Amino acid sequence: MEENHEEVVTQQVASHDDVPVFRTKDLSVFYGDFRAVRDVNVYIKAREITAFIGPSGCGKSTVLRCFDRMNDLIPTARVEGTVEYHGVNLYDREVDAVEVRRRVGMVFQKPNPFPKSIYDNLAFGPRLNGIKKKADLDVIVESSLKRAALWDEVKDRLKASAMGLSGGQQQRLCIARCIAVEPDVILMDEPCSALDPIATARIEDLMQEIKRDFTIIIVTHNMQQAARVSDQTAFFTTEVNPESDRRTGVLVEFDKTQKMFSNPSDSRTEAYVTGRFG
Amino acid sequence: MALSTPSKFGASSAAGLTARITSGKRDVKGRVVEWVLLATLGVTLLILVALIVNLLDRAWPVLNGRFGDFLSSGLDASNAQEAGVWQAIRGTLTLAIIVIVVSFPLGIACAVYLEEYASRSRLARLIRINVRNLAGVPSIVYGILGLTIFVKFAGGITGGRTVIAGGLTLSVLVLPVVVITASEALRAVPRSIREGAMGVGATQWETVRSHVLPSAAPGILTGTMLALSRAAGEAAPLLLVGGITGLLRTGNLSLWEQITDGGFTSMPVAIFSYARQTGADFQAVTAAASLILLVLVVVINGLAIWLRNRFERNW
Repeated sequence: MEENHEEVVTQQVASHDDVPVFRTKDLSVFYGDFRAVRDVNVYIKAREITAFIGPSGCGKSTVLRCFDRMNDLIPTARVEGTVEYHGVNLYDREVDAVEVRRRVGMVFQKPNPFPKSIYDNLAFGPRLNGIKKKADLDVIVESSLKRAALWDEVKDRLKASAMGLSGGQQQRLCIARCIAVEPDVILMDEPCSALDPIATARIEDLMQEIKRDFTIIIVTHNMQQAARVSDQTAFFTTEVNPESDRRTGVLVEFDKTQKMFSNPSDSRTEAYVTGRFG
Repeated sequence: MALSTPSKFGASSAAGLTARITSGKRDVKGRVVEWVLLATLGVTLLILVALIVNLLDRAWPVLNGRFGDFLSSGLDASNAQEAGVWQAIRGTLTLAIIVIVVSFPLGIACAVYLEEYASRSRLARLIRINVRNLAGVPSIVYGILGLTIFVKFAGGITGGRTVIAGGLTLSVLVLPVVVITASEALRAVPRSIREGAMGVGATQWETVRSHVLPSAAPGILTGTMLALSRAAGEAAPLLLVGGITGLLRTGNLSLWEQITDGGFTSMPVAIFSYARQTGADFQAVTAAASLILLVLVVVINGLAIWLRNRFERNW
């Protein structure tokens, strides 16, 4: 069954570039009884950068974490609706979350390099995929670091601990670690919120570089960042939840970034992007 | 007016403000608390020092007179001049090895299951609470358990009242401690490490083996070493499962035969045995044996600290 899925996926990747990488249908995520976000319908196109923006607690990270089944790690999390990845519902019983995560990588808010050497951080993923020969690993490590614009800074100390890098370098290392397994999609959950403006600019440049090869979804608090880097933008907000006094996230508007920031259809989007709320 | 005005804080001029922030009342309560805390620390250290000085003083005849002889003599509770600790040291080391081999892998595996795999179920929570309770069970109860299971029921395998039965009893005794400390070490590993590994497509086991366990290793090591020093200090359960207190004859038995067949003793059992005898001679022997046990435990703990630092540096 799994193999079948894989074939279908590969065929679709090859033949229909315009078919969305992800499409959600009426996606809701619950934490226990609490509905964190409801009725999200988005489609993510290949080799584009899609930004999720919105105020805190609007569920944008929660939705992002559905795309690689990372919410599985939270015991109380539950999903309704569907998340289709190249036409396959990720929450189907037969889908193996580990296989999904090999294709959909993730970069987290706080840089989380493994407490090991730079080299081992990069080689971990490829080793999981059965690449054992040192020569092969060396090539992957070098090319991944180059694509993440980190090679020149670390090439002389690949055996040094990754914990010794600066915050911005650590985050680029995490991106390189992601790239090293050649994923289809890279999810970024506020990747620059712990970084200074210079490091942020480097990550943004890097995103433009790698979007030729990867589909990218980025969650960001920073509207200017969304405007700068993304092709599509989804704006989420919170609304009073009839079931409890906590607020549930909703998708307000989803469109081309240019339109979202110049001529949004929804007045709430306009209020947010012009800085009048949130 | 400037942005921050002195008058806002009740002083009318800059000079008044200076006076106020420099001549405030001393934090008397804070000082008292600090001194009380320091005093409690002093009392604790004083007790320890008194203990060691007292032991040294009483053990002096043995340490000064026949220390080498004392180290190399066997257990003998009838003649203080012949009494020694060599068999007891060997017994304690053998017991420690059995504890390491049996309880560490078992306990760490249990902890990994409880923390990494079973954390969702109610049953797991119940088990976790019970493991904590088990750690509080008095050691003599484990002695009874050891007598019933390892000496009587499984006597065919353990050989009855042997060091193997003793080692297994101590392993069961420290198992809850190992599980608890290993669980805590695993829980202290940040979720971001797990997410990072899973984010590049690691399975749960790959994540645990490559990242969670190595990150938790220093904590696990410290906990297990402390468990080991507890095992090294137990006398009561060993008395029940065959620890020899009188005279231990090893005769011509080889080391292997002694382990599988012969009787055994250990440092705390020997101390118990010597402490029961009358006379100043045996008092000195008891104190000397206690000092050696103390040194043994300090060495184990020191080893734990050294190993922890070593592992941490490798990160």
